[in-house]
Amino acid sequence: MLAYIIRRVLYAFPIIMGVNLLTTVLFFYVNTPDDMARKILGEKNITQEAIENWKRDRGYDLPVFINTEEKGLAMITQTIFFQKSLPLLWFDFGRSDRNNIDIGREIQKRMWPSLSISLPMFIIGIMANLTFAMLIAFYRGTYLDIWGVVLCVIMMSISTLFYIIGGQYLLGKVLKLFPISGYDTGIYSIKFIILPVIIGVISTMGVGIRFYRTVFLEEINKDYIRTASAKGLSETRVLFKHALKNAMIPVLTNVVVSIPFLFYGSLIMEAFFAIPGLGSFTIDAIQAQDFAIVRSMVYLGSILYIVGLILTDISYTLVDPRIRLE
Amino acid sequence: MPVVLSTDLIVYFLVLLIIYCAFAVRKEGYLSIAWHQIRTNKLAMVSMFILFLYIGVALLDSIRWRDVVLDSEGRVMHKEDGSVIYSPQALSLLDRLLHDMRVNTEKTFSAPLATHLYVKETIELPDGTRIRDYPPLKYPGTHLLGTDKVGNDVLFSAIKGIRTGIVIGTGTTIIIIPFAILFGVLAGFYGGVVDDIIQYIYTTLSSIPSVLLIVAFMLIFGERGYQGGLITEEDIFFKIFVPNDRLFWLCVIMGITSWTDLCRLLRGETLKLREMDYVQAARAFGVSSLRIIYRHIVPNVMHIVLITFVLQFSGLVLAEAILSYIGIGVGPEMGSWGNMINTARLELSREPIVWWNLFAAFIFMFGLVLPANIFGDAVRDALDPRLRVR
Repeated sequence: MLAYIIRRVLYAFPIIMGVNLLTTVLFFYVNTPDDMARKILGEKNITQEAIENWKRDRGYDLPVFINTEEKGLAMITQTIFFQKSLPLLWFDFGRSDRNNIDIGREIQKRMWPSLSISLPMFIIGIMANLTFAMLIAFYRGTYLDIWGVVLCVIMMSISTLFYIIGGQYLLGKVLKLFPISGYDTGIYSIKFIILPVIIGVISTMGVGIRFYRTVFLEEINKDYIRTASAKGLSETRVLFKHALKNAMIPVLTNVVVSIPFLFYGSLIMEAFFAIPGLGSFTIDAIQAQDFAIVRSMVYLGSILYIVGLILTDISYTLVDPRIRLE
Repeated sequence: MPVVLSTDLIVYFLVLLIIYCAFAVRKEGYLSIAWHQIRTNKLAMVSMFILFLYIGVALLDSIRWRDVVLDSEGRVMHKEDGSVIYSPQALSLLDRLLHDMRVNTEKTFSAPLATHLYVKETIELPDGTRIRDYPPLKYPGTHLLGTDKVGNDVLFSAIKGIRTGIVIGTGTTIIIIPFAILFGVLAGFYGGVVDDIIQYIYTTLSSIPSVLLIVAFMLIFGERGYQGGLITEEDIFFKIFVPNDRLFWLCVIMGITSWTDLCRLLRGETLKLREMDYVQAARAFGVSSLRIIYRHIVPNVMHIVLITFVLQFSGLVLAEAILSYIGIGVGPEMGSWGNMINTARLELSREPIVWWNLFAAFIFMFGLVLPANIFGDAVRDALDPRLRVR
């Protein structure tokens, strides 16, 4: 098991380097540091000297991949690719292009508000989806099932934007149950968290319930369920004791991969609800065209994805003894 | 003078594809079997009809030409070198059909079918007194869904959003299909190093958060593209073609981010097909690998491509709205439901509220995505043998 995990982490290394290579090409070749400087310093009335200064301050004046002016190892080390992507391996994100803030510290600070929204959303969402899915799987073939599925299809045809706008308007403005947006420190943030969590859960219900329903139905049609029913177990017992446990395997594939991303926050939710998390950090960076932050978030995202994949594999062995990691 | 955007080509291709499918279902084959099954599903047929309506509007909105510029006496204007001057506005067939809707604008907000503006103004009466009241509209009762802040007809903006939705929903997949088939089939068929390399490429791509990849790409490529509105001479190549279209770039990058799923599916299916008896037989007869891929593998994975094509559609339309909302989707002058939602959001906090903009975007989007979901499910049920058994 340990050997497997170590090997997976080593496998992850070329992928991470690939991501870095891609972002470097995208951000430094296609979009040159000169372009960046011009965007950040303002298009007009800018001298070449100011651009050069800006680039030197940030270390963007080096060649991208190979420095022909240096000799030996320095040919590779004195480059943007080496200088900017290697520190990422030990999570040194450097400073942002625009305000010169420490990106790493900002990420540490902002992941907690993100987590405070996404964690309850994640847990309540899974529980709600599983419950409803089991309910309509329990009454499969009846009108409840048919209309449940119809409702799911309708719900998944509505854009998240409408859920958010509608929810903010109805629950926040008309009924005045919760503040429409904002955030607070510590325990006081709860009243700001409830509304986004409710909306987030509802907006994913259509897709979620339908998915879990097919998972359950697939499991229910298997032979061992028929055996369990045939030997006289009650339907509730069959469903909860046997089907639910075995349905957890496909559920896990779907769910575990997204656990690391709970830190990552959601762009749309945080923008709408003014939550100072990583999502709004990213969206601000996008709008300010701060590529250093975007680059760091790309890197962080791919790390979290790889961690998610490894966690998924490990969780398989925990729920399914037939699977062994070699 | 006709003008063709690169995204127009996508719409033309889509229409050709539908015509091809219409002929293909007449012949014997799995498409015709699937079609017979879909035809029994009334809901799917209704959905298909609605989808065709949307695609028809998108097609009308993709046939465009530039008019010649006339001087005040109605003569055709010429440049110094004798060539005819064309207007920078390439109006589509749809723009011309709905000419009244496009041109009859009001001053600002007006409610659906209202006769007066939604905002009070100081009006001077004929006897010289001034009062604050709702001024009458220039075209009372004609705006079925009211007008927006600058007085444009909301129904018209919503209709203009159709083309964007269709292009994103279909173009994205159309662009990536050749690459997905190529890489997926090669990886599955040859295995070994080829498989390793292709798997490495798609794992790397899918490990990058897709929104950020789209953002980075659009910030870099999308900015110089045609964003709707006026067309400059520099944009036009060979006198009729506009290749650098922002919407096209959006399709490309959304394709790159959604490419991995299809590629992975095709690889898995090819792995299975490779071991099939008929492939083994072909190999034993000495048929070359490329010919086996062309004759036996690719035709047998096409149903997966078709299923993915229909199933991805609704998700892509929804994603476009979100991207336009963040500000990295289509340009502000190109009609899009995301842009409509973006402006309408603030109008909800007005007193009294302006709801028709949001309502129009909602109805038009829902009207496209719901049939797409229903039809997509029907197509999957009909084409996927595994599901058909049950």
